[in-house]
Amino acid sequence: MSTQPLLEVDHLKVDFRTDEGLVHAVDDVSFRLGQSEVLAVVGESGSGKSVTAMTLMGLTRSPNARFEGSARLRGQELITASDDELRKLRGKEIAMIFQDPMTSLNPVHRIGKQIVEQIQAHDDVSDAEARDRVVTLLDRVGIPRSRERIDSYPHEFSGGMRQRVMIAMALSCDPGVLIADEPTTALDVTIQAQILREMRDLRERTGTSIILVTHDLGVVADIADRIAVMYSGRIVETGTLDEIFYDPQHPYTWGLLGSIARIDRPRPHRLPSIPGQPPSLIDRPEGCHFRPRCRHEFEDCPKYPELEGRIGQAPGHDDRCWLPVEEKRDRRVVADGQIGLEAEGATA
Amino acid sequence: MARFIVRRLIGMAIVMLVVSFLTFLIFFKIPGGDPADRLAGKYATPGQVAAVEREWGFDKPFWIQYGNMMEKTFTGDLISYTRQDKVVERIIDGAPRTFSLAIGAALIWLVLGVALGLFSALRAGALSDRFLTVLALIGISMPVFWLGALANYYLGYKAGLFPDGGYVPISEGGLWEWFKHMILPWSVLATLFVGVYSRVLRNQVLDTINDDYVRTARAKGISERRVMGRHVLRNSMIPIVTLWGLDFGYVLGGGAILTETVFDLQGVGDYFAESIGALDVPPVMAVVLFGAFFIVLLNGIVDIVYAALDPRIRLS
Repeated sequence: MSTQPLLEVDHLKVDFRTDEGLVHAVDDVSFRLGQSEVLAVVGESGSGKSVTAMTLMGLTRSPNARFEGSARLRGQELITASDDELRKLRGKEIAMIFQDPMTSLNPVHRIGKQIVEQIQAHDDVSDAEARDRVVTLLDRVGIPRSRERIDSYPHEFSGGMRQRVMIAMALSCDPGVLIADEPTTALDVTIQAQILREMRDLRERTGTSIILVTHDLGVVADIADRIAVMYSGRIVETGTLDEIFYDPQHPYTWGLLGSIARIDRPRPHRLPSIPGQPPSLIDRPEGCHFRPRCRHEFEDCPKYPELEGRIGQAPGHDDRCWLPVEEKRDRRVVADGQIGLEAEGATA
Repeated sequence: MARFIVRRLIGMAIVMLVVSFLTFLIFFKIPGGDPADRLAGKYATPGQVAAVEREWGFDKPFWIQYGNMMEKTFTGDLISYTRQDKVVERIIDGAPRTFSLAIGAALIWLVLGVALGLFSALRAGALSDRFLTVLALIGISMPVFWLGALANYYLGYKAGLFPDGGYVPISEGGLWEWFKHMILPWSVLATLFVGVYSRVLRNQVLDTINDDYVRTARAKGISERRVMGRHVLRNSMIPIVTLWGLDFGYVLGGGAILTETVFDLQGVGDYFAESIGALDVPPVMAVVLFGAFFIVLLNGIVDIVYAALDPRIRLS
């Protein structure tokens, strides 16, 4: 791993003007993505994870969107880049896989042609050469009889196969960064596992860095090196996979971890959930956004919590909770060593 | 494909049979529609009327009369009750006039409708979009007989920029004369359709532009022009093709009656209007069949183009 991170995001803010008011979709998001690293961005719907990902691609640009902060890919600024500069990077340096493979491919064009289109947008190659590359790509993502299937239309593929096509398309120009926005959410469980294995293999073979946007902690445990937990537009905690799973600092992370059904634990009477609703992105609580739902709230919480190292001996493990570390380690244990926000059934 | 064509041809025969039957039935039952009365003249004696009935076969049962008329239509022997000339010849004479009008106008309204619709969609919400919306509504709301009469009077008669009505075949006046006579009819007929088509396409484009695959196309890094052309417009054209096929078939079959009348084109639509006014059943029957033929034909062509545009649709 080189010392210079591939992607550096600093204090990224994205606001959208709407009729109801200014929506603060992304609020002060900073992270680093190293070479061949898999960063999982975890959070519930509306936490800003998809908007963050799409903003890196320039896909959220619109007259009603406002951007602040910076995102640099190999030193090149993305947020203020012109549409044309960004277009040259899209699909070439930074590619994206979307959530719903059933609707993400154009129904009226053959899949081969759709991938060729991307290759020829960036590389000056002949039709035949581009086609050969597509066949190789389809082979690589595990599509059988790729030479025939290249001329199929999307509707002739199953959901899992279409997602493989999407992956092949994303990888067609060997991007440095691959953003996968909930790539397995729309697929059934057996296909999910296959697609994840595919992505893991790809990282091994090509050294592509991956940003995996998901709400599924099970997916994260399978593939991620590092995790960023997002809540209400902010990253509330970030660290390595082990740090987040075994030494989580933010009460929201505890709640997330506590709400996973686990096969190695006795079956709970009722799966714990985090009480309350996420705050409106227009009218947010002062200080910590999680405050209204947090049973550990105290007098420091209305102060703005920076995302910073609060543990001391764990560089890179940052969070936004004002509680002292010892207090956190004590309070997060809800029952015989289990981590959670509340004990089982406490929300009933 | 062969099966599709055969099925369509059978369908066409059925449609034309039903349409002709209904038309005949309506005119058979219509009050004051008895052709013998009119053929025999104003002060005819009952004996004269009966003689006409026998001569023309009006005393035969309904089914026989219908059968006779259908037979004559296809042998070309159908005679008009009023002018007593051959109906099929009149239609053959009027067809080039109607086709000239239909083909030119349909091309204009397709091209202009798509261009203005796309332009509007790309500037949705902007002043130019709102201006085009108002313009489209005006175009849709203006009746052809009024707009046509105005154009004829001011641009044709007063300003002398165009001939005020009439039709000149290419074989007689040359291409330029023919073209000059067609410009006003084309424009007037196309006005309504341009309004409708630009609205439909604008909304279709705005719908499509939010589809997931358009986001995918953008994520690929292809040019915005390509995103719009190959991904957005291509998918937005599917309903336009359907609409265009039906409208074009309708106008080809003589449906642009008002335009043909206002500009005195003496096409099939003109003939139709004249015949209905005179309760002259044979030409009405023949023109109805003529129109039904083109509508069904264009429907079939639309289905073929549709399948070519959208691979999810199969013809079988």
